[in-house]
Amino acid sequence: MPASDPANAASSTDAAAPVVELDDVVAVLGRFPALAGATLRVNPGEVLLLKGPNGAGKTTLLRLCAGLLPLERGHATVLGHNLAVDRSAIRSEVGLLGHQNGLYGDLSVRDNVRFWGRTAGASEQEIAAALAQLGLDGRLATVAAGRLSAGQRRRTALACLIARRARLWLLDEPHAGLDAEGRDLLDDVIRQSVAAGATVMVASHELERAQALATRMVTVSGGLVVASEAVS
Amino acid sequence: MWRTARLVAAKDLTIEWRSRQVTNQVLPFAGLTLVLFAFALDRDDITVRVAPGLFWLATTFSLIVLVQRAFDVETADGALDTLRVAGVDPAGIYLGKALALAVQLVVLETLLLIGVIVFYATNIDPAGYVLTAVTALVATCGLAFVGTLYGGLAAGAKGRETLLPLLLLPVVAPVLIGATRAFEAAFGTDGGDGIRSGVEIADGWPWVGMLAVFAAVFGAAGVLAFGPLMEEA
Repeated sequence: MPASDPANAASSTDAAAPVVELDDVVAVLGRFPALAGATLRVNPGEVLLLKGPNGAGKTTLLRLCAGLLPLERGHATVLGHNLAVDRSAIRSEVGLLGHQNGLYGDLSVRDNVRFWGRTAGASEQEIAAALAQLGLDGRLATVAAGRLSAGQRRRTALACLIARRARLWLLDEPHAGLDAEGRDLLDDVIRQSVAAGATVMVASHELERAQALATRMVTVSGGLVVASEAVS
Repeated sequence: MWRTARLVAAKDLTIEWRSRQVTNQVLPFAGLTLVLFAFALDRDDITVRVAPGLFWLATTFSLIVLVQRAFDVETADGALDTLRVAGVDPAGIYLGKALALAVQLVVLETLLLIGVIVFYATNIDPAGYVLTAVTALVATCGLAFVGTLYGGLAAGAKGRETLLPLLLLPVVAPVLIGATRAFEAAFGTDGGDGIRSGVEIADGWPWVGMLAVFAAVFGAAGVLAFGPLMEEA
C-alpha cells in the first residue's frame, strides 16, 4: 500500500539517522534532468527496491548516492555526509555494482578481489572470506576475469564489493547475467550483508525476486520518487 | 597516497606481466621503427648522427601505445568508475600509474638502446654511460608523468585513440629535444660535423636539468589535477 508521503514510508528504524536523505534533488545528465526533484529517505538496515520503467532515473539515483554525480539543486546527505561538499567521504563508505563490473580482464579473480579489497584496507583473511562467500575459491580464483562467463564476472564483482566492506550497497540490476544458482547466492549475500549492518538499495526489473529481498520498495518515474510501500 | 600508488603500480605491472603487451606489441613496434629508419637513411654516418633522435622518437611513439593501454584497462569494464566510487586517492592513482608506465618505459629503453648500438653502430664513450643512464631515467619520469596526465584527460573522451597523440606529442616535444641533445653529448655526436665532432659530455648535463624541471612540473601538476580529471572522465 503506497504511503501518503511517498519518499518516507514508516519503518521500524525511523528513529535512527537515515543512511540516505534526499530532499528535492535535481541531477543533470548532459542537459537532461535525470532527477527532477526527487525526495527519498533510506533508513539503516533497509533493503530498498527501486522500481520503475527504463529511463525513470533509478540508475541516476544510485550514481548520485555513490557520489558520482554532482548535485544541481536540493539537499542530500549520504551516511551523514553532505553530498554537495563531501563526496570523497561518501565514496569510501559505499559500494556500487553498476551495469559494468569494474574488473580487470587480465587479472585473476583473486587478484581482482585482492586489489579492490586492499584499496579499502581489507586483510588477506577478509579477501579470502569474500572469495569463499561467492564460491570463487579454489581453481576459479586463478582464472583471468576476462575468461569468465558473465555470471562468474558478476559474482567476482560482488566479491570485490564484500571485500571493500561498504556500509551502503548500491546495486543496479544485480541479478542480470546470473544463473539460478548465482541469483540465490546473490540473495544470500545481500541478506548476510544486511545482517552484518549494511544498508542496500537495489534497482531491478526482476520485481518478484527483488521483492522477496526488499523491506520497502519505491517507484521512480520521470526523475521523481512517486510512491513508496512497505514489503511484507 | 603512497600506499595507493604502490597498489595501483603493482596492479598495472601485473596486468602487463600477464598480457605481455610490451614484449609482444610495443617492443616489436619500437624495434621496427628503428630498423625502418636505418633502411630509409641507409648511410652509416647519417644513422650514427641521428641515432639519439631516432631512439627518443621510437620511445615517444611507444609511449602513446603504452598510455592508451594503461587507460583502456581502466575503462573497458568500468574500473575507472569503480576507482572513483571506492574513494581511492586520485593522487595515488596518478603516481601508481606513472610509476608502472616508467618501469615499462625503462625496460623498453634498455632494449632499444641495445638496438641502437647494434643497428646504428653507435659507440658510447665509457664516460658517457652515466649521462646516458641519468638522461634516460629523468626523461622517462617526464614522459611517464605527462603520459599519465594526458591519458587521464583523454580516458573518457570519444575518439581518444586519435585525441591522445594530438594532445601528447606537442607537450612531450621538450623531452624529445632535451633527451636527444643529452644523448648526443653522451654518444659524442651532434647535428653538425658528424661523428665525434667534439661535443663534450658536460654539454649534456644542462639538458638533463631541463628534463628534471619538466618532470617535476608535470609530476606536481598531475598530483594536483588528476582528481578533477577523473571526475570529468
